[in-house]
Amino acid sequence: MIEMLNVSKKYSNGITAVNDLSVRIEQGEFIYVVGPSGAGKSTFIKMIYREELPTKGTIKVGDFDLMKMKNKNIPFLRRQVGVVFQDFKLLPRLTVYENIAYAMEVIEKNPKAINKRVLEVLDLVNLKHKIRMFPNELSGGEQQRIAIARAIANTPRVLIADEPTGNLDPDTTWEIMNILEEINNQGTTVIMATHNSVIVNKVRHRVLAIENGRIVRDQQEGEYGYEA
Amino acid sequence: MKLRTIGRHIKESFKSLFRNGWMSVAAVSAVAVTLLLVGSFIAMLMNVNKLASDVENDVSVRVYIDLAASEDEQKQLGEQLEKLDKVDSVEYRTREQELKQVVGTYGDEFNLFKGDDNPLHNVYIVNTTQPEFTKKVAAEAEKMEFVSQANYGGAEADALFDTMKTVRNVGGIIIITLILTAVFLISNTIRITIFSRRTEIEIMKLVGATNWFIRWPFVIEGALIGLIGAAIPVAILSIVYVYGFDAISNYFVGTYFSLLTPSPFLYQLGGLMLGIGVVIGAIGSLLSIRRFLKI
Repeated sequence: MIEMLNVSKKYSNGITAVNDLSVRIEQGEFIYVVGPSGAGKSTFIKMIYREELPTKGTIKVGDFDLMKMKNKNIPFLRRQVGVVFQDFKLLPRLTVYENIAYAMEVIEKNPKAINKRVLEVLDLVNLKHKIRMFPNELSGGEQQRIAIARAIANTPRVLIADEPTGNLDPDTTWEIMNILEEINNQGTTVIMATHNSVIVNKVRHRVLAIENGRIVRDQQEGEYGYEA
Repeated sequence: MKLRTIGRHIKESFKSLFRNGWMSVAAVSAVAVTLLLVGSFIAMLMNVNKLASDVENDVSVRVYIDLAASEDEQKQLGEQLEKLDKVDSVEYRTREQELKQVVGTYGDEFNLFKGDDNPLHNVYIVNTTQPEFTKKVAAEAEKMEFVSQANYGGAEADALFDTMKTVRNVGGIIIITLILTAVFLISNTIRITIFSRRTEIEIMKLVGATNWFIRWPFVIEGALIGLIGAAIPVAILSIVYVYGFDAISNYFVGTYFSLLTPSPFLYQLGGLMLGIGVVIGAIGSLLSIRRFLKI
């Protein structure tokens, strides 16, 4: 599904964020990406949806060869990769329904399909009853659930979550985790960068530990491995 | 592109146009002022061009008769002129008739020169068969006895064309500068639009909207600014031209000169200006989106 081979990313300011990294991720896996701040986790994740282009190596995501693909094909890669951020990035002027529908409208899905799918994903994140509300009327956890619903609306094969629980309290964090688990159970690959040791240690999945731009540990059902 | 998508783009661009309120007004005014100047300039240039070619196509040579010539001598000169090669017709006009035309064109003040004060000459108006023979006929007429001067339109036309070339070059530079200014102003307006919607653009890119899907609403917004901005000077110029045409045409009564008639000239000019407006609007917005879509 995702294959990186000897990938390096050196920024124009001279910093090498990712250094000769290789990894293979299969369809349907759930992966934690851990490591200290500034170790290269974000760059690693951004390379998967072609927000950052590596300076060396090869990356394949699904059928896309990210090093060789043309810029105009990037949108089609992005339709296969859903992304969720720590700060949600919802549009404040739009209701819950519109926020999710928006992601489907801009790739020109037809209104009927949009309506059906929005209700489906809202059901999955348990927020059908808040459909007419605006983001600022929701709690942080609820906003993140909407962001996840939006990310999976176009049924991507991979869901990337960059510190999705970073701003949330422990109870809410577990709600988010349950949703990600459920999405993973439906066959979507989930890649989650996190600093939350409790989650990683309790809900065991494959752990990729990144330090100085390299994978220093790749462990099935691994533990967090850093001081909390 | 799907019809539904086109509808969405147009709706989005109108929404944004109104949301930016005063910024849109500023950009529209800038385009309006620019195109008013461009339009006036084009109208002027086209008419000068028309007059010059009218002059050039003039087949007549004006042969001024020496004041000292007697009636017989004048008659003889007329016969001589008629015998010249390439001459189609010869018309005799007295200085009184000449003065009447001057008064008709320039006003009653010239009645002062009536009678013995009339400084004009009796003339023969010699029409050649083709415009290009005027030069030769004028030269031959000038050599004849009792001719004080022979003028032909071609010389004036040459001078007119020279002047026009200079005017056109200088004007061209001014027009290009103005158009670039308008493009700059439009692109700044669109940049503000884009800036206020950068989260939306980020999300659109994230979920896989194509670059053209993101661009279209902004391009349409720019084109709308250009179109509205062009419509204003088109309206102003049309009104002014119709009145100006009537007023100026009075001076040309009885001559072979004429301005370009409002129809079809105003339709052509209007179409051209609206076209320029739309194009500079679209280019202005494309310029400002480029940076935001970087990749």
